[in-house]
Amino acid sequence: MKLSRLSRGALATATGVVLFLVYVPLMVVLVNSFSTSQSLSWPPPGFTLEWWGKAFQSQGALEAVGTSLQVGVIATAVALILGTAISFALQRFEFFGRDAISLLVILPIALPGIITGIALNNFFRTILGVPLSIWTIVIAHATFCVVTVFNNVIARLRRMGTSLEEASADLGAGVWTTFRLVTFPQLRSALFAGGLLAFALSFDEIIVTTFTAGVGVTTLPIFILDNMFRPAQAPIVSVIAVVMILVSIVPIWVAQRLAGNEKVLR
Amino acid sequence: MTSDTTSRRDAAAVPPIRDTAARRGSVFLSSHPRARLWLLLSAPLTWLVVVYIVALVALLITAFWKVDSFTGEIQIDWTLDNIVTVVTGSLYHVVTLRTLGVALAVTIIDIALALPIAFYMAKVASPRMQRILVIAVLMPLWASYLVKVYAWRSVLSGEGILQWVLNPFGIEGPGYGITATIMTLSYLWLPYVILPIYAGLERVPDSLIEASSDLGAKSWASIRHIVFPMILPAIIAGSIFSFCLSLGDYITVNIVGGASQMLGNLVYTNVGTANNLPLAAAVALIPIVIIFGYLFTVRRTGALDNL
Repeated sequence: MKLSRLSRGALATATGVVLFLVYVPLMVVLVNSFSTSQSLSWPPPGFTLEWWGKAFQSQGALEAVGTSLQVGVIATAVALILGTAISFALQRFEFFGRDAISLLVILPIALPGIITGIALNNFFRTILGVPLSIWTIVIAHATFCVVTVFNNVIARLRRMGTSLEEASADLGAGVWTTFRLVTFPQLRSALFAGGLLAFALSFDEIIVTTFTAGVGVTTLPIFILDNMFRPAQAPIVSVIAVVMILVSIVPIWVAQRLAGNEKVLR
Repeated sequence: MTSDTTSRRDAAAVPPIRDTAARRGSVFLSSHPRARLWLLLSAPLTWLVVVYIVALVALLITAFWKVDSFTGEIQIDWTLDNIVTVVTGSLYHVVTLRTLGVALAVTIIDIALALPIAFYMAKVASPRMQRILVIAVLMPLWASYLVKVYAWRSVLSGEGILQWVLNPFGIEGPGYGITATIMTLSYLWLPYVILPIYAGLERVPDSLIEASSDLGAKSWASIRHIVFPMILPAIIAGSIFSFCLSLGDYITVNIVGGASQMLGNLVYTNVGTANNLPLAAAVALIPIVIIFGYLFTVRRTGALDNL
């Protein structure tokens, strides 16, 4: 777009300033993970590697990471299946109540976490009479993760159209063969993006998790909340945060590569 | 010899149709679209209705029951007391207005910050820069929610970096309270607002803007009359995130909000400390009603397709 040099400069500056402000708190966390101060005072009084060493030996932290990974992977798998099925139903068929169903998919994420949390807590404990465990967290997470898969897959289906699938059917391929060889390859990157978001959502969720976690089941966010206000543990939380940010660069980069390969001209 | 190769080639070109169960299922499905639809819908619909709707409705029904003041057990005793308490109690009025104010302020701040960034990303930056910026915007999303709130707690604390920056100017930082809550929530939800607006701007063809400027419109006029109406659904989609997420938050307020409470805190204390699920459910009705009202109002703009 043609813009004067001044307005381009202004936009670039605004972007730069806001991104700088976005990264300042994260940088503070990074610096605090090396700081000798346990109360996170600024400027840091001294440099230490103590917290990094302790974090990687902290049994609680490592177990919490394991639990979160387990919950995230299973919930994502369930969300991928349910989300894909529902996107096909809503995109490829016209039927009564379609809008209601798309609202139903959005609802678990649109309503505040605390409402979903106490509703599910009440549902599991009082109505079903099931004790809370890691599986109740998985069920809760899968429920609100469906929406991220749904959004990505339905957007892709809208763009794909049905002509390739019709061609495949005309050439004699059955429903499964067409799905495996024609539909799925076109959906792959959308499934990846949706699954990635679902996993991220599950990995970071704290409110619903608080209300659906069984006794002794500690996900990473629960561990962080428990340890955040303990002076001896707080710097370890900073270390975990830094590691999480660094690890997250990989999937974002992969998702970007996938998106870049499929990009249409703007 | 020749006939043999020919027949083999024919076999390769048209594989024999084996009458397997999969094949029969496939034939049935391709001739019965309704069966296909039901097969697709049954699992997700059962899950969402059984797990979510039943749980939600059960919770809302609880709002019309009461808690035995001696035993603390829920009694199935139909009453409007909880609703009346919530509608008439001045505490609930104050907290509802405060929560709405916070959610609106956060939404306005986020849209104001997101628009120039999204515009720069989508329409000004080079493709390479664009990719870098998308990553730069996405990355903070992966830092844990709690860690970001905690980071703000340390940024805003009396010995924190903000006070350290403001000290030379002799200014007092905001400390913990409503301002801190609004700042932190705006920070948390900013990427969720930038991304839909950026996606919306990506869908505005450059040719339209060029046509507008060829016809003599100044850049500002093009933005106002061409770009803005086209990205309005995307802006509203972004606002759904910041508004709804702020409306239900109670952890951020706990960490940086000092003594101030939002609706989420009232629900939390009623469930936890007070062990009064019926009253908690009645309080929970407030954000539910507000969010439904909001979603219903914006549905016509097509914003829900931009989430």
